[in-house]
Amino acid sequence: MSKKLFLKGGEAIAEAAVRAGCRFYAGYPITPQNEIPEYMARRQPQVGGVFVQGESEIASVNMVYGAGASGTRSMTSSSSVGISLKSEGISYCASARVPMVYVNMQRGGPGVGTIQASQQDYFQATKASGNGGFRMIVLAPSTVQEAVDMTYQAFDLADRDRNPVLILGDGVIGTIMEPVVLPEMKSDEEVAALKAKHHGWAIVGHSREEKRGFLTPGFWSTDSLEAHCLELEKLYSSWEENDVQVEELYLEDAEVVLVAYGTSARIAKSTMEIMRDEGCRIGMIRPKTVSPFPARSFDRINYDTCRCVLDVEMSIPAQMLYDVRLGVKDRAPVECCLRSGGNLIEREDVVKEIKKILEGGGR
Amino acid sequence: MEAVYSRTKTLNGNLLGFCPGCMHGTVFKLIGEVLEEMNIDSSTTAILGIGCCGLAQEVVSYDLATAPHGRACAVATGLKRANPDTIVFTYQGDGDLASIGLAETIHAANRGENITTIFINNGIYGMTGGQMAPTTLVGMKATTAPGGRDPGQHGYPLHMAEIIDQLIAPVYIERVSCNNPANVRRTKNAIRKAFRNQIECRGYSLVEVVTSCPTNWGLNPGKSLGFLEENMFKEFPLGVLRDNTEVK
Repeated sequence: MSKKLFLKGGEAIAEAAVRAGCRFYAGYPITPQNEIPEYMARRQPQVGGVFVQGESEIASVNMVYGAGASGTRSMTSSSSVGISLKSEGISYCASARVPMVYVNMQRGGPGVGTIQASQQDYFQATKASGNGGFRMIVLAPSTVQEAVDMTYQAFDLADRDRNPVLILGDGVIGTIMEPVVLPEMKSDEEVAALKAKHHGWAIVGHSREEKRGFLTPGFWSTDSLEAHCLELEKLYSSWEENDVQVEELYLEDAEVVLVAYGTSARIAKSTMEIMRDEGCRIGMIRPKTVSPFPARSFDRINYDTCRCVLDVEMSIPAQMLYDVRLGVKDRAPVECCLRSGGNLIEREDVVKEIKKILEGGGR
Repeated sequence: MEAVYSRTKTLNGNLLGFCPGCMHGTVFKLIGEVLEEMNIDSSTTAILGIGCCGLAQEVVSYDLATAPHGRACAVATGLKRANPDTIVFTYQGDGDLASIGLAETIHAANRGENITTIFINNGIYGMTGGQMAPTTLVGMKATTAPGGRDPGQHGYPLHMAEIIDQLIAPVYIERVSCNNPANVRRTKNAIRKAFRNQIECRGYSLVEVVTSCPTNWGLNPGKSLGFLEENMFKEFPLGVLRDNTEVK
């Protein structure tokens, strides 16, 4: 099982989803994530699953709403501007408590933007992925291996919470090729059992003696909706305790702490490693879940040594910055190193910002 | 005395919230009777559109989900493909099916999805209070067309059954109404046929029910029937547009 394969990010994610028991995929073409629907079109029929090319992102996400509502592990994917179109359907899934997984391979924005990698959808992913203030667990892979592992886990989280889970990638994660070890393929029996677990609420038909499956994201009574929102709030709060995933590096001695996720984090991390070899005390916080955000990691920074926290993201204006500030709570200044438009952050960009901080003498 | 008629068990006894003279209640009764008579109510799921039809969500006993506005056929596609044993029908008004959901409606029909669509066409937005629908008649007043529908500004009513009849995949398309007992029976037969097609995996069926909306037409239920028969039927003639159910 530990055989290493050389796979493209999008294909690796699709295969990981199939191995996790995903038996329904609907999507619509958009760059840079076409590898996912193309792979699914070939792969789903081999495992008795369903692939549908929807007539739009809107149709696709609603197909996933319908398929997920049968208890079938279901998935869609898109990129940035396409994710905007899916937002209504995702909000419906969150309200109706339909588990589903979706992938956003972020590209430049706003608008149709560019097709190159960016991290311009952080707010959309973590704060307002649709109307109504719902929340999701958002996993932000930094390598293809991590994308595979997170996709596999995402289906369990979606099932556990009966809530959408987002894999927040970008054009680099979607199209880069890397060696990966794929997770175990769930057997047909396991996949059937996972679906059967949902029979109670799934809208697959119920006998007159059973309670009917009833999924409605709408309420006639304001009190019923308020009670529903309170229940959702309880779910969202539980994530802070149980579901934060983060990588913390050298926080105990760092003069500058970099904060970055996804592709930016790869670049920030390698910058950190090179500069540490040169004797600069750089540390790093890498949120692997950007929602729930690892706010408590910022309490583990040594503020006696830390002169600055540097938010590194491929977004102008900065977006994760606001979560970083909430974590830092004014215990150190927060600066930014940003690129946008589909331009990648380069190591030189990060080095330049760090040097500016170190040479500036800090606080 | 022998009971010869009773309420279908698929209506749970909760109050129907529809206005007097509205035909939604009749259509839900007919759907329920068909499901019960065919003994498929325990394997059936309704996908409701957004609008007045949502008033039925607490009233029917079978499984149900509400789709985003216009997306019922996409939701039904996902559910049916993922779980082919479930009998899936969409229930949508004219705003839902023919305006905001035009793409989902046509593409599901064009893929020949093995689902049943019940389309309620009363030429007006009901729930939101009488705005112009894609099926509003020329000259008919609406709150957003206070001078009446003007083709120069608003175009002409969309004929959904005829549009879907242009596609190759659908197996059954019929336009019916519930304005008199004979037509109520025809509607029930059409609904039965549409469900039978799905059970027999024949593909996509559309039953368009041309109905009245007394509240938003500003007419009492009696006069609404008159308007329906004199004006709506002229624009939307009743009858079978396609029946490929015998050809296989």
